[in-house]
This record gives sequence, structure tokens and C-alpha cells, in this order.
Amino acid sequence: MDPMEAIKQTYFQECDELLLAMEEGLIAMETGEADSETINAVFRAVHSIKGGGGAFGFEILVGFSHVFETAMDLVRSGKLDPTPDVVKVLLRAGDKLSDHVAAARNGTGAAVDDAEVKAELAKLTGEEPEDAGAPAPAEFEGLAFAPVMIDIGDEEPVAPPCPVWHVRFGPHAALYAKANEPYLLIRELGMLGPIEVTADLSKLPELSALEPEQAYFSWDVVVRDCPDRTKVEEVFEFVSGDCDLEITEETPEPAAAPAMISAPGLPSLDDDEPAAMPAAEAQPEEKKVATPTETKATTVDVIKQTIRVDLDKVDRLVNLVGELVITQAMLSQRILDSVQQGQTVSAGLGELEHLLRELQEAVMAIRTQPVKSVFQRMPRLVRETAAQTGKEVRLEIEGEATEVDKTVIERLGEPLTHMIRNAVDHGLETPEERVAAGKPAEGTVKLSAEHRGGRIVIEVADDGRGINRTKVRQKAIERGLITPNSNLSDEEIDNLIFLPGFSTATTVSNISGRGVGLDVVRRNIMDLGGRITIGSNTGKGSKFSLTLPLTLAVLDGMIVAVGEQTFVLPLSHIIESLLPKSSDVKAFGSNGMLLNVRGVYVPLVSVGRLLRVPGASYDLQNSVVILVESEGVGRMALAVDAIVGQRQVVIKSFESNIGHIDGIAAATILGDGRVALILDIDGLVAGCREGTGGRPTEYQQALGA
Amino acid sequence: MATILTVDDSASIRQTVKIALAGGGHTVSEAVDGMDGLQKAGQSGFDLVITDFNMPRMDGLSMVRELRKLPQYVGIPVLLLTTESDAGLKQQAKAAGATGWITKPFAADQLIRIVEKVLAR
Repeated sequence: MDPMEAIKQTYFQECDELLLAMEEGLIAMETGEADSETINAVFRAVHSIKGGGGAFGFEILVGFSHVFETAMDLVRSGKLDPTPDVVKVLLRAGDKLSDHVAAARNGTGAAVDDAEVKAELAKLTGEEPEDAGAPAPAEFEGLAFAPVMIDIGDEEPVAPPCPVWHVRFGPHAALYAKANEPYLLIRELGMLGPIEVTADLSKLPELSALEPEQAYFSWDVVVRDCPDRTKVEEVFEFVSGDCDLEITEETPEPAAAPAMISAPGLPSLDDDEPAAMPAAEAQPEEKKVATPTETKATTVDVIKQTIRVDLDKVDRLVNLVGELVITQAMLSQRILDSVQQGQTVSAGLGELEHLLRELQEAVMAIRTQPVKSVFQRMPRLVRETAAQTGKEVRLEIEGEATEVDKTVIERLGEPLTHMIRNAVDHGLETPEERVAAGKPAEGTVKLSAEHRGGRIVIEVADDGRGINRTKVRQKAIERGLITPNSNLSDEEIDNLIFLPGFSTATTVSNISGRGVGLDVVRRNIMDLGGRITIGSNTGKGSKFSLTLPLTLAVLDGMIVAVGEQTFVLPLSHIIESLLPKSSDVKAFGSNGMLLNVRGVYVPLVSVGRLLRVPGASYDLQNSVVILVESEGVGRMALAVDAIVGQRQVVIKSFESNIGHIDGIAAATILGDGRVALILDIDGLVAGCREGTGGRPTEYQQALGA
Repeated sequence: MATILTVDDSASIRQTVKIALAGGGHTVSEAVDGMDGLQKAGQSGFDLVITDFNMPRMDGLSMVRELRKLPQYVGIPVLLLTTESDAGLKQQAKAAGATGWITKPFAADQLIRIVEKVLAR
């Protein structure tokens, strides 16, 4: 990639971060929590986006950010009060700015309709909207550096009657204090044309009277062949005010002396001269100014530094550490088996295991990110949805620092968008309805995230009307999803809305009511190994709860033995394990079985029989039954030979090697080096429900024996 | 060639400075804000420091003031990199002890020109 393209990529990545920071700051302003540093951060974000945009020639983007920046500058300097109305305009401007960035990134040149927002911004700043964009390009033109001519003078002058500049240059001590060097300035003059330099040492005192930090020298420089006075002045751009400078135009006359740099009685200028050793003590008054600024700056919280790493590299690391853990377990098992008196050996192995676990956790943590990146997209969504539906909504966000695996984050956006839209569109009432119901006109949607039991729980709660259970039930019956005489609990009715093809919206809106909504959300969540439920309180609101694993790379599993095989069951699906009595098992149909679990019958399936595992015990007396819950099909009892233990396993996908197998999610390598299959409960349950016909009957026979 | 520290909260600006100056044979280190810049500058001696003005935690002006208090940065040129064009800021920069300034956006050759203008070689 050419460097310019690479920088552009960096710029857009940066824009993403800046837009987030801006949004965050604006929301803090909206809730009145913004301090001056927050407001400054918003200004800085807009300013940086504009600055970079200018460098790449995104003029429309620059034009818009300029107006926005002007408004933010007024707020920053206290000239514009960030009232709710002002912040509302700023928030909308923020949305437009991110549209502009997106348009610049796609390079489509798709016009962003920003006229209205631009006009409102202009109203805030008192600028005319038409003129608003204009100052930006003009500003840049004015500031662009004119290339300085590097003419050493070995060419014929183009314009023969070229003026000769006589420069009298007397640095002050302050000039040295700022690390400017007279000889560099003289060298600079020498690039304009041939120069003659005479040093004036007349002010140099006796050695005993010499102040090391004082400036005593001055120089007379004659510059020839430079037609432009401003070029000469430009050389001294940085030092004006720190020196005596006199530039006079002379009529050309024969050169007085051919000397390039003559400083009688002194060595070359490159050597240290007394005056070039100033110290900060020369500006005590500035030090006083510096101190308060600095202490204020240190109180701002520490910004986390990050690096961008190719995800493949991280995955390789995660994989290798997984292998390492397995190798360690294998080795320690073998060593402990063969060494009898291994007291010290086992202590060492314990330590190694401990370290490896820590290493593994640290490596896994590399892939985690705060959910903030997804959560931050939601305020805009809420604003837009609220505007479209004519509702007044306030979004509260909690726990956005909660960290979860990157893959989970990436796939969280869509379901979350759906849930939020649903909450605003279906959950909340219109302001009129709310007021009529004795609630504040403004509805609240609360989005929160927290870690709970090794999983992340995300909740979207609204204080709207709640689920109309009568209507839901009615609809479900109409759609044939339940029978009219079904006896369902309130909770079960609420969760009917996740069934495919269910929509209670009276009118299908383009926001959330296409009828494909929530079942798709649930499927996405299930694909991630998570689950989603809804709870509702009539008249008070509803709450979506979403639980997800923290990572997709490891899994908490229960290791079970079936015949000669070892399997892993995802712990998240397990409700309990039982040792059933024969009397609890009832035959059902031709070859099905039901298990009575405290009065509720659930289908009972032998894993060994289902997967035809050699050597599996079909004797229920010797079996352990594990009660599992499948998101799709409900509860089911799985009979296995024995429970071996519970541990975290590294997931090794084999789909790319041998394709998908129904009922098997992936594989893992156990401590003893053996490969174990991780069972896909949903697939297993669905599979055995469909394939009732061709089931072996060994289990029943064993039961009968 | 010189060792240069670029202090900017914007990665793309740091990258631009780095690429432009690396082309001139200089070695460029990066710092993400004034605080970071001050710390990195204290750790190793740079021949030139180029810093942004408006940054989180510590702005460019405060950093320059602090930098000038360090004995090893007394004679080291410091350039302030900024999109702000007003003369007031340039005066503040000078009062803080900055050697000069570079106005964004800049082309690589402009940057190199100004750097070589203040860099003793």
C-alpha cells in the first residue's frame, strides 16, 4: 500500500475513534455531566476530523466540520451556553459528521443532506450558512507554505536589477532560550542567494564581565539575488520579537568583501558561543504560568494506549496457548503416573499449570473489548427511531466498560439494534398515551451490560406499556403457533414473540415490524451460544435479557463418558444431573421414552444409542441422566454412562476439515491428549425429535432387562 | 541524521510526520499526548520535538514549558504543529519556548524544509 493510502486508512480509523469520543462527549453534555475537558474533547474531535480531512482534500467534509467546529469553539469558550436545544443541534450535527466521514471513506461522493443542520449550526454561531463553508478552504490556502526557493546562485539571475538586502540581525537572549540558532538563520539566508556576513562583536564585554546567558553578538548580512522581500522576512518568522531585525533595501554596488562568514578573532560559528547557552531561568515568569496548567492536566484520567494487531496473529497465539495447556496436562499426567515419589515434581507441575492458566487467560483477554463500541451506536439509533415514531425517549446506558470477546461484539450489533428499535417502536407509548397513563411524556430505555457467572448479560429495558398478553396469545393462536386451549404461564406467553413469523405490530413499519424481527434476533443470539428472554410487567414496561458467553474460543463443559468415548456437553445448556429410578421412565410411542422429573415429563434419549457409540451401557441403572435445555426445542434428558468432570475446554472447529455433523458442535483435546467431541445440544435434540422412526431399540431392551 | 519525537493524539498525523521525515533519513519516535511526550523526551535525548497543540491530558504548550525546564532540552528545537492560524497562538507558543511552528495541513517537503531550518547538522 502506498504511504498516502496507508495514512488515509489510519485517518479513517481515527475518525471512528474521534466520532465515538465526540458522541460520548455530546451525550455527557446532554445529561449535563460534561466538564470543560469533555467539551474540549468534543471540539478536538471535530477539529481533528476537519484537519485530516483537509489534508486529503475532502472539501465537503471540511466545510461541514468547519461550521460544527465554530459552534463547538463557542461552547468551549463559554460564549454559547450548551442548553438542551443547543446540544440537540450539536448531536444532530454529530450524526451528520459521521455521515460525511462515511461518504468520504466510501469515496462515492454521495451527497449528505446537511443543509438543515448546517443552517441550525449557523444560527447558533451567527454565521451565514452560505459563507460558513467558505472560510475553511480560504484558511488553508492562506496557510499553505510557499515553497522556499533554494537558489544557490550558480544560475544567471532571471531579473537582472535584483535588489540587495541588508539585514541587521541582533538576537536577544530569548532567541537562544527557544533553541533558535543564529547560524541556522544565516544558513537559511544563504539559501536565498549569495550572502556576505559580518559579525559585530563590539558589544562583547571583558571576560570577567561576561554574563553567560546574555546575547552580545549581532550580524550584518548582505543578501543578493533574492527578488522577494517576504522571503527574507520569512527566514526570521520564528524569531520576530526575540531579536533586533532591520531589513533594508540597497542599491546594487560592487561587493565589499568576498568573505562568506567573517568573524574576526572568533572560531567558526559551529562552536559553542557563550550566548548560545541560555537557560530556562531567563523566563521565570513563564514557569509560574506553567505550573497550574500542568497540575490541572495531570488530574485528567489516564488514556489507555492501544496497538492494532492483525486478528490472525492473536488467534494463532490463542491456539498455541491452548495447545500448550493440553501438552502440559498430558505431560504432567504421564510424569505423575511414572514417578512415584514425585513430591517436588508435582509441586513444579502444579506451578506450571497455574502459570499456564494465567497465560491462557491473559491471551484470551487480548481478544476482549468493552461493549462500548456497540453501545455507542445506540444513542443515535434511539434518536432516529424516536424521531420517526414521534416518541420522546431518553436512553440510559450502564456498564459499557464490560468486556467481551471481539467476535461476540461484532455480532452483537444487529440483535441489539433490533431490541432497541423494538423497545422504542413497540415498547414505549406515544407521549400523549404516556401522559394519559400518568407517566412522564418522555419514555426511558435502559441499556445495560454486566458480567454474571462467566457470561455477559445485556438488558434492554423500557418503561412502556409492557406486553399485551391477551393480544399475543390471540395472535399466536391465529398463526397456529399454539392451540387455543394451551395452558401457558405469563412468561411463556411473553416469549412467544420470539417465534418465527410472529409480529404484534398493528401496522408494519419500516422500523421494527417486518415480522422477521425477533426470531432472527434469537437465532443470531443462539448462534453465539447465548439465549434471550423477555420479561414484562403490564403498564410498567418490558425487559429483554440477553446472555452470551464471554468468548467463543473456550467453553465451560461437562465431560461425560459414553462407552469408549468421551464427550463434552456445554455447561450453559445443563440444568441438572439425576440418577433416575426405573419407575420414573415411561415408554412413549413405539420407541420413545419419557422421564418423570418431579412431575414433568421430558423426552429421554440415550446418547450412546443416538450416536451408536460402541460399548455404551444401555442399562439405566448404571446411567446418569443429564437434564439439558435447548433454546429451540425445550428440555430433554440425556442418558450417559458417567460424568467425568467439569472443565474449560478449548474449542477446535473441524468444519473446515470434515464438514458439519448434526449433533456435534466441535472437538477439543483433553488433558490426556485424547480428542473429545463437543455435543451440539440443539442439533442433537432437534435431530432425535425428527428422526423418531429409525431409532435402535437397545435402550428399551436394556430397560426391560 | 537526527532523532525526532512527534507528539500528537492523532495517529494519522504522527504517521504523516514519520513517513515524511523518515524519507529525509531521520529517526522518528511517537508520543500520544503531552504527558507521554514529556516522559519519552525525558527518557532519551531527541534532536527535535514536533508537537501538536490541542491534546488530551497535557496540551502542547504545557509540554513545551515543561520540556524547557529539563536541562537536556534547553537548546533543543521544538516545533508546534497546529491547524490554528491565529497569531495569538503563535505568540503563546513562543512565550512557552517553542522554536517555531508548522501549520497543518502540510506537504512532506514543507515539513522537511521547516525541520531542516531549525535543525543543526
